[in-house]
Amino acid sequence: MKVSLFVTCLIDIFQTDVGLDTMELLERLGCEVDFPEKQTCCGQPAYNSGYVDKAKESMKHMINVFENADYVVTPSGSCGTMFREYPHIFKGDPVWEDRAKRLADKTYELTQFIVDVLGVEDVGAKLNATATYHTSCHMTRLLGVTEAPMKLLSNVAGLEMKSLPHNYNCCGFGGTFSVKMTAISEQMVDEKVQSVEETGADILIGADCGCLMNIGGRIDRQGKPIKVMHIASVLNSR
Amino acid sequence: MAMKIGNKPFKERVSDGIDDQFMRGAVSSAQGRFRSGRLNAAEELGNWEDWRKLGEEIRSHTIENLDFYLEQLSENVIKRGGHVFFAETAEEANDYITNVVKQKNGKKVVKSKSMVTEEINMNEALEKAGCEVIESDLGEWILQVDDHDPPSHIVTPALHKNKEQIRDVFRDKLGYDKTEKPEELALFAREKLREEFLQADIGITGCNFAIAESGTISLVTNEGNARMVTTIPKTQITVMGMERIVPTWEEMEVLVSLLTRAAVGQKLTSYITGLTGPKQEGEVDGPEEFHLVIVDNGRSKILGTAFQSILHCIRCAACINVCPVYRHVGGHSYGSIYPGPVGAVLSPLLGGYDEFKELPYASTLCAACTEACPVKIPLHEHLLRHRQEIVEKEGKAPVFENLSMKAFSLGTASPAMYNIGSKLAPTALGAFAKDDKISDGPGPLKNWTEIRDFPAPKKDRFRDLYKKRKKERGE
Repeated sequence: MKVSLFVTCLIDIFQTDVGLDTMELLERLGCEVDFPEKQTCCGQPAYNSGYVDKAKESMKHMINVFENADYVVTPSGSCGTMFREYPHIFKGDPVWEDRAKRLADKTYELTQFIVDVLGVEDVGAKLNATATYHTSCHMTRLLGVTEAPMKLLSNVAGLEMKSLPHNYNCCGFGGTFSVKMTAISEQMVDEKVQSVEETGADILIGADCGCLMNIGGRIDRQGKPIKVMHIASVLNSR
Repeated sequence: MAMKIGNKPFKERVSDGIDDQFMRGAVSSAQGRFRSGRLNAAEELGNWEDWRKLGEEIRSHTIENLDFYLEQLSENVIKRGGHVFFAETAEEANDYITNVVKQKNGKKVVKSKSMVTEEINMNEALEKAGCEVIESDLGEWILQVDDHDPPSHIVTPALHKNKEQIRDVFRDKLGYDKTEKPEELALFAREKLREEFLQADIGITGCNFAIAESGTISLVTNEGNARMVTTIPKTQITVMGMERIVPTWEEMEVLVSLLTRAAVGQKLTSYITGLTGPKQEGEVDGPEEFHLVIVDNGRSKILGTAFQSILHCIRCAACINVCPVYRHVGGHSYGSIYPGPVGAVLSPLLGGYDEFKELPYASTLCAACTEACPVKIPLHEHLLRHRQEIVEKEGKAPVFENLSMKAFSLGTASPAMYNIGSKLAPTALGAFAKDDKISDGPGPLKNWTEIRDFPAPKKDRFRDLYKKRKKERGE
């Protein structure tokens, strides 16, 4: 199966390991993975700040970049949600609405793709640890992916999962919210870190680099002994 | 108290909220109770998503045909001997209400809970006219006794106070000498309020849903106070926002069921009161005179805009009860009597961006509100739409942000620009990085690194590693 990787700007620049893990994992599952090199960003930072016209320029570019892909797979629930929103954003546009819809229809978040398209629930990963999982808001509420990551994690050998109290509450990232409303964001991320601590887990797993940068950045600042891992890296552990 | 509460700037309000540990404890425990209550009530009803869809259809149909239903309601109220007044502004509403009270030579008004009377600042207008106004909803009464502390929630207005604080308010203001047990506090309030009911000349209520086909006002309470307000005083005035209407009793039943379940997790509240005009011949209960004041106050300007569905709101506060921002800052931080996600959408529409422009940004767009809304209002999309209006139509975005977004657009719409920008990132930020982390970042990173570390950009981007890998494999 041919898969085009939409790696996201955060992973391209800051979390390159997650990109490599995603690629290796997909290849191990029998996919032929291609990385369209002209890709940039889904446009979400501008879109969510109200700069819709400016965001549309990035969106059009991404529609062009992935025009010929069979499947677009991304290790981010939030950026995947953004692609899925494109047709809604270009609604009524005679040229772009259809093209946006074609992109949205073939876009999948990584765990969603593995479980729903490849039909795999055990990727053969091994990781001896106790972990808890952060359900990111866009991935669960807007993309509707709730079970796939849990299924995949439950089949990782040696991994003991603990449930996260108040898992439905946002971690306080919210893109530009984290720098515009720092005081509120701090309270939200503190409560999240506290919940993670309560589980006694060694590792916090998530499927969105934005949330993980936020929670992980706070954990590092506070010097807590909790490791933060993207789900792609967990599933690529052998 | 008008829609706006307090005069402090937004940041200060938020910081006051964050520092109020009592309030935050009360809010997080209430959110827990409301959340599980709502989920259990939805499960017990079954097919919750279908009910929500029906709720959305009813609200959307009603608001699409609002002029028709308002006319029908008005005709039916008049037919039963009631009076109807359409108030375009808060002033018009207050003038009309004050005049009715004056004509009746009213000295004491008892009222049941109503957000729209808070919105138009009715109590103050009546007090200025020399009339005493008594709130009879327990939460509202506590706040009134506490020197008019503003409400912090639209269903449970005194949510920010715990029982010990309520005991202290009663003790300091009214000489209460018992404990903080809720039963004792309630009994005390009840005795005090009974005296007020018996002395009142005028009763004023809000309105949960007006039923157009019969000209009925329905009121949903747990304390029975609205029933006292509508039966004892000889004159009754009901104030309603112009969108609080349903076509028939059938739709009313669906919406009340959604309202009570979504608000407090109850199948039904203890009292659902229906009032159709003044007392008719042969009837024992009810007021001798009935006035319905229908308030616009900016609502009709929302009709026909992309924000129209905010008028579908049935004021259940489910969005407030799940909001992770409200959880930490409380209701007063919003600076509006309408707090939380619904308040962040509605307040700028009714009160303008100058007063409320921060509110649409006080959200992570996590969509918990949209998911909880029993009539499926896309609240987080409305918040996003506000941001778009502020930036693109109002031109009120901060200059630095505007420049950053221009740079973002240039850098992400063109692969060449993106390539240069991302390649330069490690060099540009290198001086700030230590052990792969930035702890004191420049420019927009400053706020981020105030409270958290930021990862240093990698020397080799993913795209560079990908190329290397491809080369190594001889592809």
